[in-house]
Amino acid sequence: MSVPLPVFVAIPLVTAFLLPVFAKRGKAVATVLANLATISLLVLAIGSIGQSRVYEVGRWSIPLGINLVLDGLSSLLLLAISVVSSAAMFFSIRYMEQYTARAKYLSLFLLMVAGMNGVVLSGDIFNLFVFLEIASLASYALVGFGCGHEELEASFKYMVLGSIGSIFILFAVALVYGNTGSLNMAYISEAIQSNGLNPGLTFALGLFIVGFGLKAALVPFHAWLPDAHPSAPAPISAMLSGILIKTLGVYALARVVFNIFGISLATGWLLLTFGIVGMLVGAFMAFGQWDLKRLLAYSSISQVGYVMLGIGLGGLIIAKDGNLAWASLAILGGLFHLLNHAVYKSLLFLTSGSIQMSTGTRQLREMGGLAEKLPVTRAACTVASAAIAGIPPFSGFWSKLILVIASVQAGYYWVAAIIVFVSLCTLIMYLKVQRYVFLGELPENLQEITENRGSMLVAMVSLACLCVLMGLLLTPGLRASIFAPAVKVLVDGVSYSANVIGM
Amino acid sequence: MLYALCFLLFTIGLYCAVTKKNMVKIVIGIMVMEYAVNLFLIMLGYRMGGVAPIIGRSDLESGLGGFVSKSVDPLPQALVLTAIVISLGSLALMISICVRTYEKYGTFDITQIRRLKG
Repeated sequence: MSVPLPVFVAIPLVTAFLLPVFAKRGKAVATVLANLATISLLVLAIGSIGQSRVYEVGRWSIPLGINLVLDGLSSLLLLAISVVSSAAMFFSIRYMEQYTARAKYLSLFLLMVAGMNGVVLSGDIFNLFVFLEIASLASYALVGFGCGHEELEASFKYMVLGSIGSIFILFAVALVYGNTGSLNMAYISEAIQSNGLNPGLTFALGLFIVGFGLKAALVPFHAWLPDAHPSAPAPISAMLSGILIKTLGVYALARVVFNIFGISLATGWLLLTFGIVGMLVGAFMAFGQWDLKRLLAYSSISQVGYVMLGIGLGGLIIAKDGNLAWASLAILGGLFHLLNHAVYKSLLFLTSGSIQMSTGTRQLREMGGLAEKLPVTRAACTVASAAIAGIPPFSGFWSKLILVIASVQAGYYWVAAIIVFVSLCTLIMYLKVQRYVFLGELPENLQEITENRGSMLVAMVSLACLCVLMGLLLTPGLRASIFAPAVKVLVDGVSYSANVIGM
Repeated sequence: MLYALCFLLFTIGLYCAVTKKNMVKIVIGIMVMEYAVNLFLIMLGYRMGGVAPIIGRSDLESGLGGFVSKSVDPLPQALVLTAIVISLGSLALMISICVRTYEKYGTFDITQIRRLKG
């Protein structure tokens, strides 16, 4: 099955603008339409695994026109985006009954999906910026969707830092255009290979790292995340933590650093340091939190650290001319962790939404003994906690194991030690969640609560099944079709340009 | 020299966005940064005494080489148009969030809008 690439952007974009029209005929129509859009994207994303294609928009040949590129890394991210967005969209059917303006919510949701799909597919650096802004603007609005005190404050904070990040990226795009005379990623990469880095391009690389770092909430730039992610409605928190920070931040950074500028020793160390600092700071900050969603948000910072660590370690080994097998293993660990984290962190946010809807609170101290009242939510939350803490045989264990093996093989024993240590911290933090939410005494005011049935349960159970089964992705057949092409894109580095121009 | 001034404008905007306490002033700072970048993009393609990048009949007859050597670069102008549209969208959203926040808190001072901590 080979669909034209713009379909991935067109389906959510067109549906997003059609929804307000259909909303007049009742909320049900809009909801069904939006769910159809996300599910069809999921089918298309599964169908596109293992393919690689270049699409020239408007038949203008590159570098004259804009091109969309589907390669291994893009299809991995497309898969992650569509899995999480389908689950979150399905969850919203029941969850969003608390809010008004359903059609606007669904439109913004689909705009965000369109923007993320565009970022992942774009082969043109300015086009990447445009899609990044579409996704960011939709997410700013969705964070403030509740229009309460906290939501507006968080949304403003997120928006200010996000806009500064976007402007840095635009500035970097301008510098790159001024220095290489091209906006096509493949041609920029060729120009950099033949002429080398000049001070302007080095400055642009720095701006890119800060800009995408702000979007990915890497540690010195993470201040907005613990406010923004908890304030959004639960399905949106799941989208933001599960996918948005990875698509706009980690993916874009990896694409720019590996495929356009080419990995160097300095950038490899920088990415590795970002990863390690993020893991430690995120985990320590999460300990002290008593707000369930805020704890999950800090844990996201820590988990994105793992992804950056895998990618940075791989880049460092490549830059040192080390053994490429270990580099691929480290990058495989990072990308597998990205996919895993997308699934289990969105599941955790969905369960937190289910808890919040039933009990009306997010404060851990006000809960307790919910295991009897919310059996399915409890089961899903336990599976996700086990996965994120890295208990075998759940998915998180395998990706952390790969990271540990890669760092030991490459001789970075201290990195392996940090990975294990942070994993232990994560375990403690999620034991705290289990203890305070589901065990202990049931407070008097929560005696009457019931679990929410319907779409919320289906979404949570399907993601929980994925958490259990994701370890199977490492079986040789699936690994070769899903991960191997994605890892190859990053390991091959700047030969990306030759591949794109040759296709 | 002009590029340095443009960069100065960018840093003024950044300074304003980072240090000011008033929400509206922060928004103004971000917009100053945005316009500094737009200005930079326009200057990249500008050429002193250049002509507009529209190919006329006489250019086609005399060969495009002469035209290319004196016209300004049209691509950054297209980019700036797109960037302006995007920044208009984000400005509208930012201002509306400011207005809603003022309705809730009764102030624009970010030191007093601090319910989220930790």
